[in-house]
Amino acid sequence: MSDFWSIWVSVITLGVIGGCAALLWSTRKSEVHKGATEETTGHTFDGIEEYDNPMPGWWLQMFVATIIFGVIYLLAYPGLGNFKGFLGWTQVGQYEEEVAYAEETYRPVFAKYATMSVEELQAQPEGLKMGQRMFANNCSVCHGTTGSGAHGFPNLTDTDWLYGGNADTIKATIAGGRTGAMPPWGAVLGEEGVRDMTNYVLSLSGKTVDADAAARGEQQFQALCTACHGQDAKGVQALGAPNLTDDVWLYGGSFEQISHTIRVGRSGVMPAHKDLLSDDKIHLITSYVYSLSNK
Amino acid sequence: MIKHETIEKNIGMMVLLIILVISGGGLAEIVPLFFSKSTTKPIEGLRPYTALEMEGRDIYIREGCNTCHSQMIRPFRAETERYGHYSTANEGVWEHPFLWGSKRTGPDLARVGGRYSDDWHRAHLYNPRDVVPESKMPSYPWLFENKLDGKDTSAKLAVFKNFGVPYTDEQIANAGEEVKGKTEIEAVVAYLQSLGKLHSVYNNKR
Repeated sequence: MSDFWSIWVSVITLGVIGGCAALLWSTRKSEVHKGATEETTGHTFDGIEEYDNPMPGWWLQMFVATIIFGVIYLLAYPGLGNFKGFLGWTQVGQYEEEVAYAEETYRPVFAKYATMSVEELQAQPEGLKMGQRMFANNCSVCHGTTGSGAHGFPNLTDTDWLYGGNADTIKATIAGGRTGAMPPWGAVLGEEGVRDMTNYVLSLSGKTVDADAAARGEQQFQALCTACHGQDAKGVQALGAPNLTDDVWLYGGSFEQISHTIRVGRSGVMPAHKDLLSDDKIHLITSYVYSLSNK
Repeated sequence: MIKHETIEKNIGMMVLLIILVISGGGLAEIVPLFFSKSTTKPIEGLRPYTALEMEGRDIYIREGCNTCHSQMIRPFRAETERYGHYSTANEGVWEHPFLWGSKRTGPDLARVGGRYSDDWHRAHLYNPRDVVPESKMPSYPWLFENKLDGKDTSAKLAVFKNFGVPYTDEQIANAGEEVKGKTEIEAVVAYLQSLGKLHSVYNNKR
């Protein structure tokens, strides 16, 4: 704040307080009535008259007390322009104290678990509980409070992993995020082709399908889809390409849903958390996620 | 000496004294902010909203999102642990009107950009309970049907330029074309993903 505005704020603030004090002083009592208080202001409203008494003492003193409080407050805390107050209090300072205190209190707790591997942490109920709390705060919005996922957001409680379920891979997924890349095939295959392909894909998980269509679909599959989903359609975790033979469907397993996936493609995004969460926290969340499918 | 009787019986004088006392608060607390660097100078690297984000912001206001979602992270650890770095005034100098808010039925959105995928936002706005079963946020299915015509977009950007937001003439001229034909959901998601991402000064790691 420039000196001008500092003075501006101080003069107005002190001026208003002084003005209020002066007003209070000058109006602290009305005409002194000797003896009884039957003197009225002369107003009558429906026969009701108003006494003309001074303000009760306790009331007046409360006004005085607020003025004194105000002055002390302005001396102790920043309020008068650039004057910082005798206590040296700042909002950011208080916040930083709070953070430093938490840091000091919780650092040893996190440090203790940081030295353990994810596998070792499975035997640490307290550590897993911390992971669970952080999961609830950061991950449950997409993956559900129990980690069971939602349409388009993977279930973390089963053993079916898009990118792999070992500790390092889970951690890499949380820290770096993932971007699915199933391209749209509608234009390449045509409606007929999409139908054939859907028949074939459904046949992979043992569904009863139109065998002729599935055979035509298989030919196309071998030409177009094996690069990601693999020769045997069991998926490739390095690419995040799902296993198509296990009847687990991220985007639904009905004929229409699979057709749609083939036609327009899918690009699920797991946001990266390395800029949002510290390594120690990611470590504990990884341990919790790992525990969901490794009971 | 003034007596309270004198003040009470001279309504003009009473009005004058009331104005004097209450304007003191505004003059000391509000007026200096219009001239203070910390409230008028944008944070380093701040970029204005794109045309699509601007339309999204207007839909956000139209649907009343700001009545349940604040965009103001307070400097308390409990908040910064959840939302990231606390909000500062120089982040909002190009907000007209600002949408800081003070009531949270839903979570704060000041730094929601990048927290969730676009797909999640679409699923969530179509029907929040599809992804968050406990949610009581309303559904906004019409955002998926309504299309932007882009008629007023250039004018909106021009108004913001008058407020001091550095839009170029080219940006203003192309604004309408940029958003025309896009759905409202695209605009809202673009806006939500921009929140907290208009500059990269703060470390939001917790």
